[in-house]
Amino acid sequence: MTSVALTVNGSRCEADVEPRQLLVYFLRDRLGLKGTNVGCDTTSCGACTVLVDDESVKSCTVFAVQADGSEVTTVEGLARGDALHPVQQAFHEQHALQCGYCTPGFVLATVSLLKENPNPSETEIREGLEGNLCRCTGYHNIVKAVQAAARAGA
Amino acid sequence: MIPAVFEYERAGFVDEAVELLGRDEEAKLLAGGHSLIPAMRLRFSRPSLLVDIGRLDDLRYVREHGDRIAIGALTRHADLVGDAMLREHCALIGEAAALIGDPQVRHRGTIGGSVAHGDPASDLGTILLTLDAEFVARGPGGERAIGAGAFFTGPFETALEHQEVLTEIRVPKTAGTYLKHVRRAHDWATVGAAAARVDGRVHVGLTSMGPTSLRARTVEDALADGATPADAAAHVAEDAMPPTDASASSEYRLHLAQVLVRRALERM
Repeated sequence: MTSVALTVNGSRCEADVEPRQLLVYFLRDRLGLKGTNVGCDTTSCGACTVLVDDESVKSCTVFAVQADGSEVTTVEGLARGDALHPVQQAFHEQHALQCGYCTPGFVLATVSLLKENPNPSETEIREGLEGNLCRCTGYHNIVKAVQAAARAGA
Repeated sequence: MIPAVFEYERAGFVDEAVELLGRDEEAKLLAGGHSLIPAMRLRFSRPSLLVDIGRLDDLRYVREHGDRIAIGALTRHADLVGDAMLREHCALIGEAAALIGDPQVRHRGTIGGSVAHGDPASDLGTILLTLDAEFVARGPGGERAIGAGAFFTGPFETALEHQEVLTEIRVPKTAGTYLKHVRRAHDWATVGAAAARVDGRVHVGLTSMGPTSLRARTVEDALADGATPADAAAHVAEDAMPPTDASASSEYRLHLAQVLVRRALERM
């Protein structure tokens, strides 16, 4: 076992983990943060996207030990009380989800994208979210939501 | 899919990583982990010890080194994409890095990890071979430089010794281009083709066209003798051993390679 100490959604967390424990399972099974979904399990679909030190990563392809000392943000950490994060609000208003399974990953990938590029073009949005797959193929409204979030200054 | 059990150590500096590798013949280095972790999850790779060098931020840089550009081995793909010095002096590296995987992958994957993995489908491997890059490795006996022509020795094999850590990659200041054909966004290259001017000659490299990244030397010789891009590109078959796999047949790869090499040469 290896000791890790990290900050998850603003709360400090210390734990002993098996080195082979992947960050996504640490978040879901140890911390009970089940908003982060496991989709393809092969670094393709982006359902497990979280932020590590403000950058989007696929948490199925990061060991929890690699996040030692980092700040991790999951979808549970975005809202402030009852106020949704602007990206969540935009996904809600633009109906940028159908079944919703990919949504937490898309929201966090969008937060990271807008941090790097606050005013992306439609092409930049589509390319910036190429690491996230929506099996319902609801991309049209997702792009509209990202544009709305950008206008809202997310 | 969960990787097999392994021991984990985090190295605080390069020499510590070298020493840790010496403890276990089945040890492997972990940088960004975006080639190794998927391989471990599929249990294609079962290291008994992982030596994590992902925090060695002093190996994360792009800077001038004499008349060349030196890139720290832990420089991430996303760093390469945005780097102003590369954009000015060796733009094809950043342009190609932008084609690797997706943003999440580029946030974690490193140039050193990508080439040390030795994947014949590595875009950066092909580009560095085409540029005649120099690979700097540190081991128990000190530091040595390995020429690109000697670095890629086989599929998922490189000239790096077990206890050697790739620390830096040096490339010439030059112009070039890289074209990549993928079936879907964020896929590996079905075929990639690089062209760059190095020491007064045009070098041509190929991705996914053989057991390693390859130089298309017959194509290069034809160019040096004055052939047009189309005529030179027709020689690709003499330089490549394209595999047949789930994404393409050998014949289709050869066709793609001829088209991409011609287009790359036309842009030079």
